[in-house]
Amino acid sequence: MTTLNVRRGPEFTRILGLGVARGENAVPNDALIEPINSSDEWIRKMTGIVTRVRANEDTSVIDLSERAARDAIAQAGIDASEIDAVILSTISYPRITPGGAPVLADRLGATPAAAFDISAACAGYCYGIGQADALVRSGAARHVLVVGAEKLSDFVDPADRSISYLLGDAAGAVVIGPSDAAGIGPTVWGSDGSASELIKQDHTWLEIREDRDLPFPTLRQEGPSVFKWASFRMAPVALQAIEAAGLTPDDIDVFIPHQANLRIIDQMVKQIGLPESVVVAKDIVDSGNTSAASIPLATERVLRDGVAKSGDIALQIGFGAGLVYAAQVVVLP
Amino acid sequence: MALSKDEVLAGLAEIVSEETDIDTAEVTLDKSFTDDLDIDSLSMMTIVTLAEEKFDVRIPDEKVKDLVTVGDAVDFIAAA
Repeated sequence: MTTLNVRRGPEFTRILGLGVARGENAVPNDALIEPINSSDEWIRKMTGIVTRVRANEDTSVIDLSERAARDAIAQAGIDASEIDAVILSTISYPRITPGGAPVLADRLGATPAAAFDISAACAGYCYGIGQADALVRSGAARHVLVVGAEKLSDFVDPADRSISYLLGDAAGAVVIGPSDAAGIGPTVWGSDGSASELIKQDHTWLEIREDRDLPFPTLRQEGPSVFKWASFRMAPVALQAIEAAGLTPDDIDVFIPHQANLRIIDQMVKQIGLPESVVVAKDIVDSGNTSAASIPLATERVLRDGVAKSGDIALQIGFGAGLVYAAQVVVLP
Repeated sequence: MALSKDEVLAGLAEIVSEETDIDTAEVTLDKSFTDDLDIDSLSMMTIVTLAEEKFDVRIPDEKVKDLVTVGDAVDFIAAA
């Protein structure tokens, strides 16, 4: 009987390098309040956001991705040609096809790496980490570049009071590769499509084709419902990720949740029952909600600020439109 | 056995007080969550979720907008 060879990879993986690129402009609340008849005070109270980073008009998702990826690859100490797979998580790449990942791989000199986009919104970075970890451990790839990148300012409506004013533009990238010790814990992930209407593009492309009077599509959310889901239903997922890694909340050094809203972050800390000693990433205050980019951005921030260090144990959790969610414990690079 | 409205009010007042620092005595049936108690939409969702857990009831998200006063919430929970 003919038998097929199968590949096996290393037992453990870790984050070898991290890089980020924030939109070039820090946009203050005052610049956005008039069309939504709001105030700086109200936005700070409801979201914690003081500024959000937004990119120049001629900066693309791929431009941001490339900047972040180059730094991640440099920190990993590898050559781009050693990357076997590129995973780009984005919901704001402006073409249905082709995806952005092959273009990014080509720009980086990572060709012929496998390259594909994933659409998992604000959970996309953690989805990507879960896939990269599995690809390396299975032997399908030795080094995987995971990029969460968004230019959400292309899909905002200045008059929308539900989500637009939260959103920013940025990219965060990591290289995942083999490790002597476990640097990425099991990914706990899932979805709930029954609540797909809670965060969405307002009109489909076909609706716009049928009705040319419809405006360019932008994002909307049911804010209070999303707040409730994220604040209270994600804590058990985070606890499962801690348990799956064989740890307890006391073992966590840093909590790096998706930077959706400071009120959600504060409530999650309470619901998970994290000790006060845990550093909580709050990059949202300055960077806003950058969807798939927010967790790597917040990771870079806690490291740069010196409140966390390489080797620290971090709990990260992404959650968003789908609804989708994913969490894992990682060792910081 | 279902809780009396007084019991629900007392429990709800504790939750509101914990979330907002408003004295429990201020949380009376006639008070509007937004206009009188200055509770915003996110705090309201927190109160609703904690009430669901405390009273073992389900309050659908679309129902929350109908809970204008503390009395509305007490009636809904007591009847659930």
